[in-house]
Amino acid sequence: MRRVSSLWLFAALAILLPVIALFSMTVGTVSISIAEAFGAAVAAVLSGSEIAGQTQVILFDIRLPRILLAVLVGAVLASTGAVMQGLFRNPLADPSLIGVSGGASVGASLMIVLAGGAVESGMLMGLSLVAAGAFVGGFAATLLVYRLATSGIGTSVTTMLLAGIAIGALAGALNSLLSYFADNDMLRQISLWQMGNLSAASWAKVSIMGLVALVLLVRFPRDSRALNALLLGESEARHLGIDVQRVKRRLIVLTALGVGVSVALAGMVGFVGLVIPHVVRLLIGPDHRWLVPCSALAGAILLVVADSLARVVVLPAELPTGILTALLGAPFFIALLLQQRREV
Amino acid sequence: MTLRAENISLHLSGFDLLRNVSMQVEPGMVTAIVGPNGAGKSSLLRVLTGELAATKGDVTLNRHDLNHWPVEQKAQMLAVLPQHSLLNFPFTANEVVGLGRIPHQTGTLKDAEIVAQALTLVDAEYLQKRYYTQMSGGEKQRVQLARVLAQIWLPCETGDQFLVLDEPTAAFDLAHQQLTLDIVRQLAARGVGVVMVLHDLNLAARCADNLVVFDGGLVAAQGAPEQVLTEQLIDQVFGVKAMIARHPLTNKPLVIT
Repeated sequence: MRRVSSLWLFAALAILLPVIALFSMTVGTVSISIAEAFGAAVAAVLSGSEIAGQTQVILFDIRLPRILLAVLVGAVLASTGAVMQGLFRNPLADPSLIGVSGGASVGASLMIVLAGGAVESGMLMGLSLVAAGAFVGGFAATLLVYRLATSGIGTSVTTMLLAGIAIGALAGALNSLLSYFADNDMLRQISLWQMGNLSAASWAKVSIMGLVALVLLVRFPRDSRALNALLLGESEARHLGIDVQRVKRRLIVLTALGVGVSVALAGMVGFVGLVIPHVVRLLIGPDHRWLVPCSALAGAILLVVADSLARVVVLPAELPTGILTALLGAPFFIALLLQQRREV
Repeated sequence: MTLRAENISLHLSGFDLLRNVSMQVEPGMVTAIVGPNGAGKSSLLRVLTGELAATKGDVTLNRHDLNHWPVEQKAQMLAVLPQHSLLNFPFTANEVVGLGRIPHQTGTLKDAEIVAQALTLVDAEYLQKRYYTQMSGGEKQRVQLARVLAQIWLPCETGDQFLVLDEPTAAFDLAHQQLTLDIVRQLAARGVGVVMVLHDLNLAARCADNLVVFDGGLVAAQGAPEQVLTEQLIDQVFGVKAMIARHPLTNKPLVIT
C-alpha cells in the first residue's frame, strides 16, 4: 500500500479533531445548533454569573467534560497501543497485553460486589470506589506481569507476553467468580462497566485524565527513536546505543499509568489501542516519531465520534461507548486489510 | 588501540562454549573467524560485542573494559551485523539504514546523505523507497549491511572504530560476496578494524589479514592465512581431506576439496 505523507496526515487529523469535537457539542438528547451553542458560550462569558441557563448546563457541565474525556482517553489508549506494539515488536499487540485491563476489571468487579449499594455513595476526590479499584487492580496486575518477566539478565518481552496471557486468564476466572456471586443489579453494573462508558464524565475526571495524558505525550516522543531501533531486535537496539532495559521499564510504567487511569475513568473501551495504531501504521509506516502522535489524534477522533453516536442512536437512551468503538472501527479495519490484500 | 579478548571462557547452561580464547582485532586489519558448526564462533562474537558476559576473562575496547563505555559512545565505535534480523515492520530501506545514525548527532541532512551513499555502496540504491518486509533475503541483508556501514560512516573522535559481521555473505550471490569483501577491505584501508565469521575458507583466505580457526571452543590456530591454512589443519578441524594451492593472480592460499 502506498504511504501518505506523515506531516500531511498529522495536519489533517489536527484540523479534524477540533472540528469534530465542536460538532459533537451539538449532538445529544437535546439538540443544540452551533449558533445556539456559540450564543450560549458568549452569554456565559459576558454575564459571568453563577445562574446558568439550561443550555449552558448541558453544554459546559455535561457535554464539554464528556467530549474532553473522550479526546483524552482516546489519545492515551491509541498512543499507548502504538508504544506497546513497538516494544513487543508485534503489530497486533494491545495495551491490555501487559495485564492492565484484566487487573482493572477484577478490581472494579471486586468493588462492585463488595461495596454493593455503597458504590455510588463512596466517593473519593470526585471518583467512585469502582474507579479506584480498577486503577489499583490494573497497576497491580502490570507489576506482577513485569516481575514475572524480569530476571537478572533483564526483562524478556516474550515471557512478558506469556505472563500477560496467564494473568489475563486468571483475571477472567476471578471476574467470572465474582459475577457468579453477584446479584442481578451488581451483574448489570459489572457488565456495563466492562462495555466502557463516558457518560459519567466530570471536570474532576477530565483534569486527572488531562494530567496523565500530558505526562505521556511529553515523555513518549523522547523514546520514539529508541522504539524505532527496538523494531530491529533488542540486541541490535543495544548496539545502536539504546539503554534497552531502561526504555522498556519507562514505557511499561507509563503505559500502565495511562491505561490504568483510562480504564478507571471510562471503563473498558476496547479496540482503540489495538486498531488505531495499526491503521495509522498502514497509512504512514512504522516511524514512531510520527506514529505515536498521529495515533493519539486518530484515537481521540474515533472516541469522540463513537461517543457522539452513543448519545443519539437509541434516543432517548444511551449506548455504552465501548460498543460503538468496535462497531465503527472494525469494518474500517477490515476494509483496510482487504485493500492491502488486493495490492500485495 | 584494539578490540581485544583476553583469556575468555564462556560457560552457559552446563556447556563450555569457549575455553581460554584470546584474540585481538587491530584497527586497519581484517580478522576472519572460521571453524565447523558449533565451534563457538558466534558465541565469541557475542562476547566480543558485549551481548553475553564472559564467565572468565576480559573484553576491552580501545583500552577500556567494554561494558564501562557509555552505551552511546560504544555504539559510535562498534557496529554489529547479526546473522538474522527480526525486523518485520514495513520500514523502507532508507528508514532502516537511517537507524544506523541513531548514535550520532550529525543532523537530518547529513544523515540522509550518508544513508544514500551507504545504500549505493552495497548496490541497493534501487531499494530506497521499497519496504523491507517485501525484499528478498539477499536484499534485506544488503540493507542491514548498509545500516551498520552508516553507523561507522564517519571516523569517531572517541577512538578507533570496529565492525563485527556474523556471516555477512551467507545470503549473497557471487557478485555481492565479492562486493562485501571489497567494502570490508575499503573500511580496513580507512582504519576500521573488521572481524567477521565466514564459512568459505577461500573467501576468508583472500580477504583476511588475520585468520582465526576455531574448534570445540578453542582457538586451533591463528595468524596470516598463508601460515594457518595447511592440509593437516583442515583435516584435523573439519575432517576433510583437502589440497592447498595458490591463487594464480593473488597468490593467496586456495583450498581445493
